[in-house]
Amino acid sequence: MTTAPPQAAPPAVLPPAEIPVRARLPRWVLPAGGVVFAIALYVAFRNTALLPHDDDAPQFHWLNDVRDWIDENRNSSPVFIYVINYIRLFVGQIADLFTTALQGLGWPGLIGVAGGLGWLAGGWRIALLSVAGFGGVGALGLWEPSVDTLALTLTAVVLSLAFGIPLGVLTGRSARVRRVVTPVLDVMQIMPTFSYISPMVLLFLIGTPSAVIATVIYAMPPAVRITALAVQNVSKTALEASDSLGATRWQTLRKVQLPLAKNTILLGVNQTLLAALSMVPLTALIAAPGLGVDLLKALARVNVGLALVPGLAIVIMAIVLDRMTRAAAAGGRRRGPSRWAVGAVIAGAGIALTPALAADFPEDWQIPIVKPVNDVVEWIEFHWYGFTGFVNDSFANWILNPMETTLTTAPWWLVITTVVALAWSISGLRAALIAGGCLGGMALLGLWQHGMTTLTVVLVATLIAMFFGLLLGVVAARSTRFASALRPLLDAAQTMPTFSYLLPGLALFGPGRFTAIVASVIYTVPVVIRLVEDGIRGVPGETVEAALASGSTRGQLLWKVQLPMARRSLLVAANQGIVMTLAMVVIGALVGAGALGYDVYAGFAQREDYGKGLAAGVALVLLGIMLDRITQGADRRPRSRGLQSVP
Amino acid sequence: MRKLHLIAGVAILAVSVAACGGGAKVNDTGASAAPSAAAPSGGSAAPSAGGTVKLAVNPWVGYEADAAVISYLLQNELGYTVEKKELAEEPSWQGMESGDVDVILENWGHDDLKQKYIDDKGVAVALGPNGNKGVIGWYVPEWMATKYPDITDYKNLNKYADMFKTSESGGKGQLLDGDPSYVTNDEALVKNLKLNFKVVFGGSEDALIKAAKQATAQQKPLLMYFYEPQWLFSQLKLVKVNLPAYTKGCDADPKKIACDYPPYELDKIVSKKFQDSGGKAFELIKNFQWTNEDQNQVADDITNNGMSDEAAAKKWVDAHPDVWKAWLPQ
Repeated sequence: MTTAPPQAAPPAVLPPAEIPVRARLPRWVLPAGGVVFAIALYVAFRNTALLPHDDDAPQFHWLNDVRDWIDENRNSSPVFIYVINYIRLFVGQIADLFTTALQGLGWPGLIGVAGGLGWLAGGWRIALLSVAGFGGVGALGLWEPSVDTLALTLTAVVLSLAFGIPLGVLTGRSARVRRVVTPVLDVMQIMPTFSYISPMVLLFLIGTPSAVIATVIYAMPPAVRITALAVQNVSKTALEASDSLGATRWQTLRKVQLPLAKNTILLGVNQTLLAALSMVPLTALIAAPGLGVDLLKALARVNVGLALVPGLAIVIMAIVLDRMTRAAAAGGRRRGPSRWAVGAVIAGAGIALTPALAADFPEDWQIPIVKPVNDVVEWIEFHWYGFTGFVNDSFANWILNPMETTLTTAPWWLVITTVVALAWSISGLRAALIAGGCLGGMALLGLWQHGMTTLTVVLVATLIAMFFGLLLGVVAARSTRFASALRPLLDAAQTMPTFSYLLPGLALFGPGRFTAIVASVIYTVPVVIRLVEDGIRGVPGETVEAALASGSTRGQLLWKVQLPMARRSLLVAANQGIVMTLAMVVIGALVGAGALGYDVYAGFAQREDYGKGLAAGVALVLLGIMLDRITQGADRRPRSRGLQSVP
Repeated sequence: MRKLHLIAGVAILAVSVAACGGGAKVNDTGASAAPSAAAPSGGSAAPSAGGTVKLAVNPWVGYEADAAVISYLLQNELGYTVEKKELAEEPSWQGMESGDVDVILENWGHDDLKQKYIDDKGVAVALGPNGNKGVIGWYVPEWMATKYPDITDYKNLNKYADMFKTSESGGKGQLLDGDPSYVTNDEALVKNLKLNFKVVFGGSEDALIKAAKQATAQQKPLLMYFYEPQWLFSQLKLVKVNLPAYTKGCDADPKKIACDYPPYELDKIVSKKFQDSGGKAFELIKNFQWTNEDQNQVADDITNNGMSDEAAAKKWVDAHPDVWKAWLPQ
């Protein structure tokens, strides 16, 4: 089957150099034979054993009935009136509390508090950054929605940590718990964000509570993973010492493990915070307030300038919160009483100013950026139209459509067999069985065709992202100057809310799959660059010198030494890349990228399509698990690194 | 793990004991009661005499025009704070139940949602027409109707399907739809009328408008879902394609529809809670009625004359005191 090579591509590029050459069959014979055989089967059986899409499938009706049942019993079933509705109330009240508190501080107060916290976390540099950052958010003219977004983010973070850190501690201390928790976290992180909004709404209705809970699902895994890692890594000697002094398990935890793990756990807080901040805007789709509302509106208007403003506000907040928590994690200087005093003075100064100054952020301080940006976009649209139209069409006609046709006209058993064989060769039997099961599940859900269409887009987008990521990552690893020029760009790119990535593509190429691909490439490339760069830089200096001394050219050094030795990082990059791409391609449904993402979106916008949307959400999770297992390759690793900006 | 469950259990128990023990129903959530005095997010600035109105704003500019004028009047004439909720149609209805939405100003039919939220659950109330007459249909640019006169009959669409092919339509003709959340039967229509077309979602009203402008200026073929009231019709002409005539009940099963869209009397929906305690704001919305022309004027100012919602609303309000004065509570 012709679709096999793309999946195999990342590892296939890098044959482990050290494997001794066997005398018998060359290594490529078996895979090549498999590919030829699959193609032959495809040609012979094309257009047989198809699973055509039916919008009216019984599975969808059944899910609609489930929805109707829940809707009817929301106010009578004990599960709802004693548990779920209380969770909704509880979460809603916490969010209200945060919103009221932050709004109540007023803008000078909030800037002051941010400055004070910045000072506590990392001295005057961070304090200055916090003041300037929050002031900048105000200058963008979006103070109020920014505070709403911040409040939702903090609510989600507090809840994530309240559950995540204890769970992380348990996970770190007990292998049994780890075995249960790890796969659950895996699934939580693989799930495309879009797919669990719908079930949230079913349980908790639209509004802030659903938004917060969806964000918690997205933001909690890094907290659990990093806490577990931190607790696990506390040195054995310290534990034994504590044991020999007769400390109880609880004492050991409180007096030894947690203090020693504190800084790493703070890194987990950092990751959780950034994850939450990038998820919260998306929840505007279900009536959560904040910057997401402005973003969605700009997206509907295809107005790049208008979307850039909330996008920037989020990036600024992300940078401030990131630096603040990271400085706190680094825990540089000790905090004497004077340190607290200075922080309190800064915060107090801001709060004291609140009654004195106007309640709304002053308009004369606001910087208009919408118009100049839109003028540029318009110019590009007008002058480049022929070119962008040509790129869009030829990409669709020569790459996307043929691939999609192949996948949708191949018999289902051939697709499943091929995927299973591929997964087996890359990641072993277990992964192969899981991948096969996921595909089977998609077929049973009645979403085979749409799944194949989404798969096409994901594969193409991942390949492109890997290509650029490898290229730029290699350059960055070789040139420190290039790397440091790239760094702020990567930082910004990784904290933009996911759907703002749709805009550049939308402006240039109009709605469609290509725009979704452009967006996911922009979204994914930074992470791939980072992992590739880290991987290549991680190759020991002696090895590089030895290679150079034995007369390797720079090209040989790269292909024969650095890339093969960075194999693990590259595999992780491929894996991360494919999972991130999936998440983004799905959001591409907002701009007409179709298939499963569209089903999900239509599911919460159109009553009769709810069942299909819910099924599509599950299908997306299955697709994600399948792609993840296939690319997981050689080894397991903590996923949270690389998901957000890594120091 | 066990400890965690225990903690969670205790927490839930504590909350449920604290809250009157009778179990929580979604409609009586105190936190989201409709017009609460001084919204937490309103800041301390505007002295809001009346409280807060949560106004759903659905994603098309005509609705934005409704919302602009009503918010302007609520704020400046009646002293209310308005919280605009940018939501798709169906989630707006859900907001009636969750307490996130008080008012929908321009509802397009949605008989199933009326059944559910008005008749069955009793959380919403229909307040009658807003005066706008809605039309939904399939349109081609004027030059196509002139060049191919028979294209306006759906029976001939297959003959021309090839012309409408695009990179996104998978070898069939493309029928361009808007936002996936809009009222649309197009996928069912294409299937049930056996048309060799594929519905492609542009994603928004602006995508549709852009396509219509391009198709007119560059004489490119285009078949698209579109609707009235719509300011664009004052700039260029689109011709409606005739689908099998609408008869009452022909659209009962959404997946089996094979007839045209009905004529819509766009109407206003408010939450039950807002009806009971909305005061003057409720009266204003109950009385609100204007014409397609009014709406198009405001929408045109917002879209094409670079005005903010508020400025466009003010312009219309200043010019039509006789119309809106009649909406004010007596």
